[in-house]
Amino acid sequence: MNPIKLGDIAHARSGDKGNHANIGIVAKTEPAFEFLRDELTAERVAEYFRSLRPTRVERFELPNVLALNFLLHNVLDGGASRSLRTDTQGKLLGTALMQMEWGGSEP
Amino acid sequence: MTLRIGNGAGFWGDNLDAPRRLVESSKLDYLTLEYLAELTLSILARLREKDQSAGYAHDFLPVLKSLVPALKAQPQLKIVTNAGGMNPASCARAVAAILAEAGLADTSIGVVAGDDLLPRLDELRAEGCDFRNLDDGRRLADLDQPIVSANAYLGARPIADALAGGARIVITGRVADASLTVGPAMHEFDWSWTDWDKLAAASVAGHLIECGAQATGGYLSGWEGANLADVGYPIAELEADGRFVITKPAGSGGRVTQETVAAQLVYEIGDPRHYLTPDVNCDFTTVSLVEEGPDRVAVFGASGGPAPEMLKVSLAYRDGFMADGRLLVYGDDCVKKAHECAKIIGLKLAQAGYEYERTSFEVLGAGAGVPGLTPPPAGLKECVLRLAVHDPRREAVERFTREFAPLATSGPAGLAGYTQARGEVRPVFAYWPTLVPRALVPPQVDVRNAAQWLASRPPGNGKGPH
Repeated sequence: MNPIKLGDIAHARSGDKGNHANIGIVAKTEPAFEFLRDELTAERVAEYFRSLRPTRVERFELPNVLALNFLLHNVLDGGASRSLRTDTQGKLLGTALMQMEWGGSEP
Repeated sequence: MTLRIGNGAGFWGDNLDAPRRLVESSKLDYLTLEYLAELTLSILARLREKDQSAGYAHDFLPVLKSLVPALKAQPQLKIVTNAGGMNPASCARAVAAILAEAGLADTSIGVVAGDDLLPRLDELRAEGCDFRNLDDGRRLADLDQPIVSANAYLGARPIADALAGGARIVITGRVADASLTVGPAMHEFDWSWTDWDKLAAASVAGHLIECGAQATGGYLSGWEGANLADVGYPIAELEADGRFVITKPAGSGGRVTQETVAAQLVYEIGDPRHYLTPDVNCDFTTVSLVEEGPDRVAVFGASGGPAPEMLKVSLAYRDGFMADGRLLVYGDDCVKKAHECAKIIGLKLAQAGYEYERTSFEVLGAGAGVPGLTPPPAGLKECVLRLAVHDPRREAVERFTREFAPLATSGPAGLAGYTQARGEVRPVFAYWPTLVPRALVPPQVDVRNAAQWLASRPPGNGKGPH
């Protein structure tokens, strides 16, 4: 079975809220949304980004637009003003999350 | 009546030609231009410290010049912008000069102010505001660094008031981004300020267009073939019942689909059931998106509750200095050499007696974009070493920037880019998000024509610290 890549079944866009980052995920189809609602848990996202040491990851559901929103707390090295990273605003996190893979066939 | 509101700028630094192209290719009732990111005001506050006539987003001036022909040819066109930054009245005078020179001296310009709390901080503390940091709960009284700026997010009401006062161009300081759209909608449709669902609908429209091309296919996966060089900036077509359509100019690049609109709906939000603005507590989970034609997405069903009693305040304080430097590292062993160069620079600085409060080491090209997520790929032939430091001492940060060039002759072979390596030392303005009771922040609205703004006296005598 071919692995599923998040980027094949959804769009992601991330941005900053102070020292927190949000990642909005928009599924391309309803089955993809149902799959992600089950599989793409806050715990799984926290584990994926463990190197950024989030103090908390919250997940919000917007089934009306087939979207999930993740809020990753304190992952931006102090936020846009103090961060020493190239990606001061967490803009890359969405693209990074789209590289997440699951074993199995596409929903 | 359909109200057509387009956004031609999503941040300070956005494309200078986008506003003109937008109004030339579509008949808009309102053009909104958004210039103020969370920390832009602290930079503008510093500029105003040095020159009392400065402190606004001066990108707006060349943009306005480019819009003069449209302002002459399209009598319906109005502009609402937060370009005023820390100095909206001064921005209005500069705008007035451009308009007067173009023969538009009778154009009415409205200025919305009252968001600047810096001169009022002591008074507000005496009223009992402790300006607790929303993220970590610290009280402002416990901050020992100097405060650079403190601005409350005003809402749509003063914008609607300025429009009701006859303004064709409204220039604000800090207002909620969505309010740039809500103000015109409230003015044109005469909705009640407690009709929360209508306020929510207009706020969703504003939120969707506030980041420019991000609603029309920009910064999205599936970018191939999207013709982003000609990307059309977004337009919201609002109806009196609160429904609206997101679209873009015919023939422009990019695309408007359920996906591009949904991706923007969830951009930089927290809890979608409570998207708070000064105008309304919005619920994004009741919004429906329907593609009703090519590059046309209908949006309806937004709902809302009473606006919060507290306004968000974006406060910034001085927090030392920062600089970064880069070197291009080439060759089979580039990642190893990048580590060695960082080590040499660190040892040189230690020999000179410098230690830094915070440091950062990135090997760009080897997965540094998201630290720790992906290991460096095997067989990499080149990468960029980037180092950054943050420290209270300017001279320590200055010294750091000098340590890249010596590697040209004393480092390993395969390095280039020394001339660009030395970064600029810049002051850090750290962010302190907090709240203030709405009742303590009365907005100020001042509408005059361009000739009157030109005749108005600026505060102080121009240049010089106050």
